[in-house]
Amino acid sequence: MALLEVKDLDVGFETPEGRVHAVNHLDFSINAGESLALVGESGSGKTQTVMAILGLLAENGHASGQALFNGKDLLLMKTQELNQHRGSEIAMIFQDPMTSLNPYLRLDRQMIEVVMHHGRMKKAEAIAKAVEILRAVHIPDPERIIRQYPHELSGGMRQKVMVAMGLLSEPALLIADEPTAALDVTVQAQVTHLMDALREKSNAAIILISHDLGIVAGLCDRVLVMYAGEAVECGSVDQIYYNPKHPYTQGLLNSIPRLDQPEEKGLQAIPGNPPNLLALPVGCKFRDRCPKAFDACSEKPPMQLDEDRHAFRCFLGAPE
Amino acid sequence: MNDRVMRVQDLSVHFKLREGGLLSSKTHTIKAVDGVSFDLDAGETLGIVGESGCGKSTLARALLALIKPVRGRVVWLGEDLNKLGEEDLRKKRQDMQIVFQDPLAALNPRMTVRDIIAEPLWTFFPKIARVQVNERVRGVMKMVGLLPNQINRYPHEFSAGQCQRIGIARALVLNPKLVICDEPVSALDVSIQAQIVNLLKDLQKKLNLSLVFIAHDLSVVKHISDRVMVMYLGRAMELSSRDHLYRRPLHPYTSALIKAVPVPDPKLARAETDTGLTGDMPSPMNPPSGCVFHTRCPFSIKRCQLEVPALRRMESGDWVACHCAEELDLTIGKNG
Repeated sequence: MALLEVKDLDVGFETPEGRVHAVNHLDFSINAGESLALVGESGSGKTQTVMAILGLLAENGHASGQALFNGKDLLLMKTQELNQHRGSEIAMIFQDPMTSLNPYLRLDRQMIEVVMHHGRMKKAEAIAKAVEILRAVHIPDPERIIRQYPHELSGGMRQKVMVAMGLLSEPALLIADEPTAALDVTVQAQVTHLMDALREKSNAAIILISHDLGIVAGLCDRVLVMYAGEAVECGSVDQIYYNPKHPYTQGLLNSIPRLDQPEEKGLQAIPGNPPNLLALPVGCKFRDRCPKAFDACSEKPPMQLDEDRHAFRCFLGAPE
Repeated sequence: MNDRVMRVQDLSVHFKLREGGLLSSKTHTIKAVDGVSFDLDAGETLGIVGESGCGKSTLARALLALIKPVRGRVVWLGEDLNKLGEEDLRKKRQDMQIVFQDPLAALNPRMTVRDIIAEPLWTFFPKIARVQVNERVRGVMKMVGLLPNQINRYPHEFSAGQCQRIGIARALVLNPKLVICDEPVSALDVSIQAQIVNLLKDLQKKLNLSLVFIAHDLSVVKHISDRVMVMYLGRAMELSSRDHLYRRPLHPYTSALIKAVPVPDPKLARAETDTGLTGDMPSPMNPPSGCVFHTRCPFSIKRCQLEVPALRRMESGDWVACHCAEELDLTIGKNG
């Protein structure tokens, strides 16, 4: 059985302008020890997908479908029941380390809050564990750092603290929303190595939300590409990077500036902008920006599966 | 075409911070930019890269004389900007424009696209006729890939990528000779990033602009720059031609930065090499002695702790601030 299985997930937001369709009929699953990347442009529904799973949607948001965690549907759980899983079995590393840490609390207090809440450790034991994890994420002098306030740390250190907090409860599922976006490249590398090392150690599953396809390539086993709230392609990293089947995935890969390619060719941008989620186009949602669109694309393409379990939502079976 | 437009010599911007509470008279000096020198030709793009806190943005502001340096000169077309009176400086600014990082935050939400783009025109030519303004605004909108019929819209009606185009249009409306772009694409999605980088490249060619392109992303810089300057804790570590810098960097910091860029290729990424860098950047309040990079440098020797290396010219014509540059071979492997 998959650790987490998401079936037919819909997330919508009621706004004065109408209903915003953030996530539409999304299916995916992840096993223990596996790492899955959710990639796509801003507004493609990556973050709202995991927010819905964790019951953290904004007040005007509504989720339907199923999110089975060890067979139990997270979407049906009341807050109290959810709290037994959140923070202990499922941990989340939020995007912005500047705003996700409480500025009034010293790190020791906020780091051990979760494990104390779940009553699994005594305070001294929890602090010792937190220090150990800070050391594992290469924070120098953790005994001193843990007694400091967030503003006393650099951005890179704060992000490492966020990662350490996510790992402290040894979750079965770690969700990381752009954990490296605010970091410089040299620190980025350290943080991703860390997440990878800890996955190997505790066999945790990782869902990584990222727009950085470079980081995804190094850290993840599988990739789910989202566009306008829909899955458009899903496969192993090798399938996605070496044999992308959806024109959107191809476009994303081609638009990355790379150090290992000659710059004379110039960058290939995807023309246009993502669609308005208030009024999604009928048929294939990528049609307006797709260089390969043809008549059939006015109908919505079904998800196709090739023999290697490589799924894609495009009428062109194997473009290029 | 080798017309020099700007010459920067030993430019240093220091900030004074008061230490220990409001009434304390003790001050601390932060050397945000320290002893930076370079030349810029017409039609040339200089990339400036470095991690956060290395002084890139302060340098950008000092180039436009928006901040007074404590030392050094910025010479623009033969004139020292910091010696000019306010009115003369204002006139010079017609030729020098800036594009900011956060495209939405840089645009006034209560102004229409026309008013945003036309503001520099009205500032410099207060008597200009409205018809002329509209004509010019429509012209630059077309040039940056915006639809001229959207002239009466407000910033919130545009996507982030389009907002950055508006910012670029505003920078170009006065026909400047130099545009400084401070992290112009770091807030954008990759797909849109590529649109903006290509646009800047095209415009530069068309208008023979000099560009200073500031970014933390080495791969973006590679695609647009002729020469690249790498900064660390306020100092220039290396200033090399693009092809030399990415193939055989002269400074260990440059090489570490290049190796740290994640490659979007699973097989290469799995075999990733170690950058050799340890720890965080030291606090700019208390930079290391000698070479500021010696605390993180894998090749550091005794001399590095004692003596600040000068930025010196190598045989190849590139510049480097490293005592050991001759002895090191930092050629990037075939994967780099």
